[in-house]
Amino acid sequence: MIITIQKPDEEINKMIEGRDRIFIIGCGTCATECQTGGEEQVKDLKNKLESLGKKVTGQLIVESVCDQRLTRRDLRRNKETVNDSNAIMVLSCGTATQTVSEISKKITIPCCDTEFIGTTERIGKFYERCRACGECILYDTGGICPIARCGKTLLNGPCGGQAKGKCEVGGWEKECAWIQIYERLRDEGRLDLFKKYRPPKDHSEMASQREVIFR
Amino acid sequence: MIREAFSELTKAIRAGTFVYTGEIEPLKTTSLEETLETAKILKGHVIAANITDNPTAFAYMNSLIPSYFIQKEIGLEAVYQVTVRDRNRLAITADLLAASALGIKNVLALSGDHTTVGDDPGTKPVYDLDSTALVDLLRKMVDDGTDIKGNKIDQPPKFNFGIAGNPNADPLDPEILKIERKIELGADFMQTQAVYDVDLMKEFVKQVSRLKVPVIVGIAPFKSRGMMDWMVKNVPGIVVPEDIQKSLLAAREKSKEAFLDENLKIFGDLIKEIRNTPNVSGLHIMTIGFEWIVPKLIEKANQ
Repeated sequence: MIITIQKPDEEINKMIEGRDRIFIIGCGTCATECQTGGEEQVKDLKNKLESLGKKVTGQLIVESVCDQRLTRRDLRRNKETVNDSNAIMVLSCGTATQTVSEISKKITIPCCDTEFIGTTERIGKFYERCRACGECILYDTGGICPIARCGKTLLNGPCGGQAKGKCEVGGWEKECAWIQIYERLRDEGRLDLFKKYRPPKDHSEMASQREVIFR
Repeated sequence: MIREAFSELTKAIRAGTFVYTGEIEPLKTTSLEETLETAKILKGHVIAANITDNPTAFAYMNSLIPSYFIQKEIGLEAVYQVTVRDRNRLAITADLLAASALGIKNVLALSGDHTTVGDDPGTKPVYDLDSTALVDLLRKMVDDGTDIKGNKIDQPPKFNFGIAGNPNADPLDPEILKIERKIELGADFMQTQAVYDVDLMKEFVKQVSRLKVPVIVGIAPFKSRGMMDWMVKNVPGIVVPEDIQKSLLAAREKSKEAFLDENLKIFGDLIKEIRNTPNVSGLHIMTIGFEWIVPKLIEKANQ
């Protein structure tokens, strides 16, 4: 899931300065689960805008804003109110904001900061698990990703910055991913994989806007 | 294949001499004066001195420059420390070529403390390579005459290169396996993080002895009570036994001089223990800011 948090009011207020007719879009998938862009947050934003004297021209929750097909369909259905707006506020991730911007051609205001691809323990407890590096090595690392979870993204850890299994980044509070990897591989009888040298990653694929096109 | 001994340090280790190395920290300055003064103090007492590369992620003078000047001006061999924190493989390869052109013979391959513990925590950390991949790069440059990708180098560098090890590491097993990984890639020597606990040091040396790598054990005496407190609190996993802390604190109650005398006693004894431990090739003495204690320490250990 894409984990988002809401931007502070002051930051949002600056972006809506001078824009008096605003359309609001929430997302029914990740942002609903993060409670940053579901029904309630869209309603709260509407009330806030109205208390600032703005007109909310319309609001909707797209099932998945990042899916261009769904967003295009829903924007078309709300064509008149969208056209009557001088900004669209998007309560979702950066991909969602760009999708709305590309399709609507309207000034689009991101209301959330996109944090990471993560796992949900429960609402309000989200943890990063993937950096979308395009070269998954989880089989070799006991199902624990050092790219997302090691402070130095080491492929051959641990480093000297771990103490009693904790990481120097953030003051030895978080787990050292490489100690976790070691323990997991040890318990699985696969320490040969721990000791294996992993050469540096090929970053050429990540050098520009990535695409997946298969037909 | 055993790599040729290019440096005086490696030659001495291979000849079976118990070696002493020191450490010099370039500062946030454009002046080389202090660095060269420090090198002068160390010269004659240590065979080589490590020049740190932005230690604890503080931006200081590029370690290559003092490495060059202590060799040229003072005649003290440098162990050029290179971390993978601040430069990608392109920049590191370029710097290593430059280092060889400047006559550097020893390189120490390090990860480097994370940028978030430094003096500008917002800095973007690089870590394109890790310290293991840096060992791989060094091996390829020196033995194969290529960069890490396999592109040919005209007149390849002649380095001996080392790695760091941490006897305080808890758990110790993954540390040993990581060291083994680097030794298999071709590191020539290992220098360790500071040890204070004799038993920890002995256990570590015992465990790495099967890897047949020369081990230079690190010690870091305390300049002041403040430094001792800082080390205990901030250096990952450092283990300073209670009795050492207590005797130093008691001495400090008397006077600053008594504190330094106690240092000489404690670390003189520790050096003796290290020297008498089988399979130890040398001692790395880290005394940033009070290098004058190095000759006294070695003298004390020789008594």
